[in-house]
Amino acid sequence: MHQIVQAIILGVLVGGVYALMASGLTLVFGVMKVINVAQGALVIFAAYLSYALFTDLHIDPFLSILIVTPAMFVLGVAVQFTFVRSLRGPDATELSLLVMWALALGIEGVLSVIFKTTYRISSPSYADNSWTVLGYRISEVRFFAFVASAVLLLLLSFVLTRTRFGRAVRAIVQNPTAATLLGVDSDRTQMLSFGLGVSLAAAAGAVYGVIYPFNPGSHYDLISRLLTIVVLGGLGSIGGAIFAAVGMGVIEALVTVEISPVWASFSFFVILIAFLLVRPQGIFGVRERTL
Amino acid sequence: MSRATAVGLARGGAFTAAAVAFPFVFPAAWIVNIGVLTLMYAALATAWNLFSGYTGYISLGQAAFFGLGAYALAITFEHVGAGSGYNPFYALPLVGAGIALASVPIAWVALRTRHMTFAIVTLTLLFITQQLAFNLRSLTHGSTGLMLPIPHFPISSYDRPFYFAMLAILLVGLALCWLILRSKLGLMLFAIRADEEKARGLGIRVTGAKLVAWSLMAWLTAMVGGVWAYYLTFIYPESSIDPLVTIGAILMTFLGGRGTLWGPTVGALVLVPAQQYMITTLGASQFYLVGYAAVFMVVLLVLPRGILPSLRSAVDAQRERQRIGRDPVVREKAAA
Amino acid sequence: MTSPLLEVEGLTKRYGGVVAVDRCSFAVPEGSITALVGPNGSGKTTAFNVITGYAGLDAGRIRFAGSLVRRPDPTRLARRGLARTFQQARIFSDLTLIENMAAGVQQPWHAWSRRSVRTNDRTKALTLLEEFGLLGLAEERAGALSFGQKKLLEFAMVLMGEPRLVLLDEPTAGVNPVLVEQIDQRVRDLNASGLTFLVVEHNMNLVMRLCDPVVVLDHGTKLAEGPPAIVREDPRVLDAYLGG
Repeated sequence: MHQIVQAIILGVLVGGVYALMASGLTLVFGVMKVINVAQGALVIFAAYLSYALFTDLHIDPFLSILIVTPAMFVLGVAVQFTFVRSLRGPDATELSLLVMWALALGIEGVLSVIFKTTYRISSPSYADNSWTVLGYRISEVRFFAFVASAVLLLLLSFVLTRTRFGRAVRAIVQNPTAATLLGVDSDRTQMLSFGLGVSLAAAAGAVYGVIYPFNPGSHYDLISRLLTIVVLGGLGSIGGAIFAAVGMGVIEALVTVEISPVWASFSFFVILIAFLLVRPQGIFGVRERTL
Repeated sequence: MSRATAVGLARGGAFTAAAVAFPFVFPAAWIVNIGVLTLMYAALATAWNLFSGYTGYISLGQAAFFGLGAYALAITFEHVGAGSGYNPFYALPLVGAGIALASVPIAWVALRTRHMTFAIVTLTLLFITQQLAFNLRSLTHGSTGLMLPIPHFPISSYDRPFYFAMLAILLVGLALCWLILRSKLGLMLFAIRADEEKARGLGIRVTGAKLVAWSLMAWLTAMVGGVWAYYLTFIYPESSIDPLVTIGAILMTFLGGRGTLWGPTVGALVLVPAQQYMITTLGASQFYLVGYAAVFMVVLLVLPRGILPSLRSAVDAQRERQRIGRDPVVREKAAA
Repeated sequence: MTSPLLEVEGLTKRYGGVVAVDRCSFAVPEGSITALVGPNGSGKTTAFNVITGYAGLDAGRIRFAGSLVRRPDPTRLARRGLARTFQQARIFSDLTLIENMAAGVQQPWHAWSRRSVRTNDRTKALTLLEEFGLLGLAEERAGALSFGQKKLLEFAMVLMGEPRLVLLDEPTAGVNPVLVEQIDQRVRDLNASGLTFLVVEHNMNLVMRLCDPVVVLDHGTKLAEGPPAIVREDPRVLDAYLGG
């Protein structure tokens, strides 16, 4: 029993960070119907940025969020403007998928050239510390990472519900045509949303780099998890992504403890397939209806 | 026989003749090796096009079938034995069929989702297959990899059997595509691609059609994987189930033209030699990946419809211009 | 008294908090041209979508040709002889008109390997295209057609499947008066040879001269059902259209 609760705690902490990454991914899909398969690569990119800031300038990784996030917001906007915006026509969605994949490969290539393929990890002094609460071990970095993610997700929720930009985003998600007719600047909102999605990945990347060793190729593992999460949660649903991310964390932790670490992500995939059997649109997704 | 059929058969015949002659005209091992890889990707791209090009459902998981074919053959060697020399080649269609059939239930679940979700599920399938290759150690030896027995083909023409094996699979794939294009199944697939819900409303058995196309794609891809495994005689998870294989097949299909018959092959003929060149000149450093990504990006943004359809449009536009040029009214205005 | 080809009982469909179709019941007699009319928001199109399986059924029963339709599914219904057209005229843009027509033919499994447009398909398609005035465009890409032509094509396409009942979703919406006449004539001719129609329409003139019976919906329920002359005078119907 103790092991199970410990696993659940760990799962929730891990899930929180993935929730942050996944929310950016699903947000972009909701607004632009684009799957940013480069999200994983952007997380790793941010992880490297944060790592460089830590090793060269001794900036604490959690503090580096303040630098990395705005920087990658700008990068995200630039990417959307250069590559995604130009895609039009009936194949735009499929093309965007492939363009983003090309971007991911490009990022992987550039990072490999600069940093080589050795695994890195940011190791601030407190990296191995943990607290013991009620007999359960809680790693400090994972806890801070979870808190940072939670705070940022709350900020996201605030932006989406209380700001004009947020209202524009929600309008476009629900009905792009109506939104444009009501005066929402679709192009600008999409651009900013993409930047927002990327900045969420950036923040997550900064903390990811403290917890897990990473190299340029790590983005594949990440993106496969993120994609599974957003599909399970329902494409476009941020609440769904958060729920599914935490769910994934918990399930994988439980499988690791009870069965074997080796089968952790496989079991999550099986759950995804089983779920899609019953509900193809995911937990909070909307059934696609073309009438 | 209609004119279109005659032209099609002539093209197929010419290509086959050229392809068969190639390794005899250029017998150098490194050239035939490039030939093997070109034909391999042409077959993969043709298979991908058969499903994704015809139905409009982008599958990102093709590398999984490639790897499954590779491992299936290797495991068959290890546990059962598949003969030596040419015999393993004859075992491939059966191996491929088994893999294709086994994949149908998962495809059935995946195909009930919208296009985007489907793409993601297939991608996840790829990663999970790689995971399985790592984890099922008793079967696959995990990251250590599996060895296949080295066939005793004559050294001077060692690559040739593999070249012809790949060519055979490519020709079967092209034949299947051609037959489908002209058949009711093809009509159904194109209707599904154009408007699936409408197709449903007309009584078209949408799921069945998609699954048939999927199974054929899986069958062809698995066989290619098997030949590749036999060629290399050593496989391990990262190389057998490599997302770049999927990307390569997709890129070549896009370059040549989706939904066309020869497009994927054209794409492979252009890109594989270029890819090999890039590997030899830039391969040591990871610049190769950047270069690849750049080419990919350029193709997608500049030539989204691909070479063949763009050529066809250009030819049609040229003909139209000439026709207008000969129009007496236009000539009169131009002279004034 | 002809038995109803289509019978709808207690049909209910909810979207969130809104009840689009509320315990709606009506019947389509075999061999008739039945109209389904009502002011905007009365639930006509939703009823159509539910009957043909494009929207889920929350409650109620549907009977087609005497047998119960448990979970309406577009494919199964089409194969049983219930076809529909769409308001937006959905056709396959990349395919030629002939190919569009050929796609409408019902196929058994073993026929999948046969040629996509067989000789008898072609003959039948050309005949229908001629009746609809589209013969000259037979080899053109369907995407190049005008809206009105697409509507005609869509109508012709569903006929390839030799249905028993055709549901026409606003066949004359967005179409010029000459085309309206053409569609009117086609429906009459086909009905004379035994085809039953259920038509959702806004064009009341057309409905009154073409259809019998007329089913009037309002707020998701049936208000009146009967011959056009009677329904037209029904005070509740007048109220629904003019009042509010």
